[in-house]
Amino acid sequence: MAIAREFTKGFWRENPIFRLVLGMCPTLAVTTAAINGIGMGLATTFVLVCSNVVISLLRNFIPPRVRIPSFIVVIASFVTIVDLVMAGFFFQLHKTLGLFIPLIVVNCIILGRAEAFASKRPLMDSIADGLGMGFGFTLSLLLLGSIREVLGNGTLFDVPAFGPGYFPFLVMVLPPGAFITLGFLLALMNRLSGQRPS
Amino acid sequence: MKDILRLIVVLTSLCIVSAIALAKIYDLTKGPIDHQKRLEVLRAIKTVLPPYDNEPDRDRVKLPMGIDKRGKEIQRVFYRGRKDSRLIGVAFKVISPEGYGGDIEVMVGLLPNGMINGVEVLSHLETPGLGAKIRGAKFKDRFKNRTLSNTAWAVRKDGGDIDGITGATISSRAVIKAIKEGLEIYRDHEASIVGPSQ
Repeated sequence: MAIAREFTKGFWRENPIFRLVLGMCPTLAVTTAAINGIGMGLATTFVLVCSNVVISLLRNFIPPRVRIPSFIVVIASFVTIVDLVMAGFFFQLHKTLGLFIPLIVVNCIILGRAEAFASKRPLMDSIADGLGMGFGFTLSLLLLGSIREVLGNGTLFDVPAFGPGYFPFLVMVLPPGAFITLGFLLALMNRLSGQRPS
Repeated sequence: MKDILRLIVVLTSLCIVSAIALAKIYDLTKGPIDHQKRLEVLRAIKTVLPPYDNEPDRDRVKLPMGIDKRGKEIQRVFYRGRKDSRLIGVAFKVISPEGYGGDIEVMVGLLPNGMINGVEVLSHLETPGLGAKIRGAKFKDRFKNRTLSNTAWAVRKDGGDIDGITGATISSRAVIKAIKEGLEIYRDHEASIVGPSQ
């Protein structure tokens, strides 16, 4: 029951993008198309789960005073692994995501989960937390990417979404479109969960 | 003292384990990554040359082009396509540093008579929907059958023969200039490029 809660919290209650508003750099930069959102989300999920596992296992072994450098070493290693494996086996996706793969290292979600969760909790909870947060992140990126691709390029997963008469709303795939979409989605989320500005 | 020792031991062993793991992964992925890079070069060569039956990326000529700021030799690589061991075209890469968003890499394919058979944009950082149209067939086809001498190598706006892309004059200029410079280098070194293998 507790583990299920740790898993599901990433989807809505503590969704990293819409609730915690963490990891904005990859969120805004790569979501020009739905497939990029999925690729980035899954790469981040992999790193998140792996680093959560290692850090949770080592939590009694790492002295508090060197915990941050230790976390960074673990996270950076997994990011490098993702980078190399992607370059070898998903070359096209790797080319599109390019610079943003190495930048997963500085994604605050990962260090945030390591510091706030995995370094204090047992293994199974940490796996559930990593998976939940990762999938929540992936779904959010997919949502952003889909909206931007449909409006800005007239396609979804490269399949035309409208007739040939559709004139793409170009600004949506440019940087401002990321902020506009994120702003509307944040407003919508707050509305749905009945939050008032404090 | 004992405390410091513990910090050192933990962090060092963590780094050693991570270094070993990364070395292993690097070894495992090196093959596939090199393979993907080669396929990418071949894919580009294939689109700009007439059908060939050799391996142009193995049948190539490297010309030294001076020395860059760090003292490293700059090389231009020319890939030679053959059919029934007769030379049917030469492909080479040109890079324009003058794109609107950054470097534009273009593969150019020439027929033995010096005419352009095709061009292909390998990578660019131009604005989606505007400068990014340099990837489109409509723009790339404007170079077909042009030679250094039968064309004024500039956009029509600057008094040249080639139609630029509306709203993306800077990107168009960058591509045209880079191709022109590539053609000039080819003209100056034609004898050693089409000559016998090195």
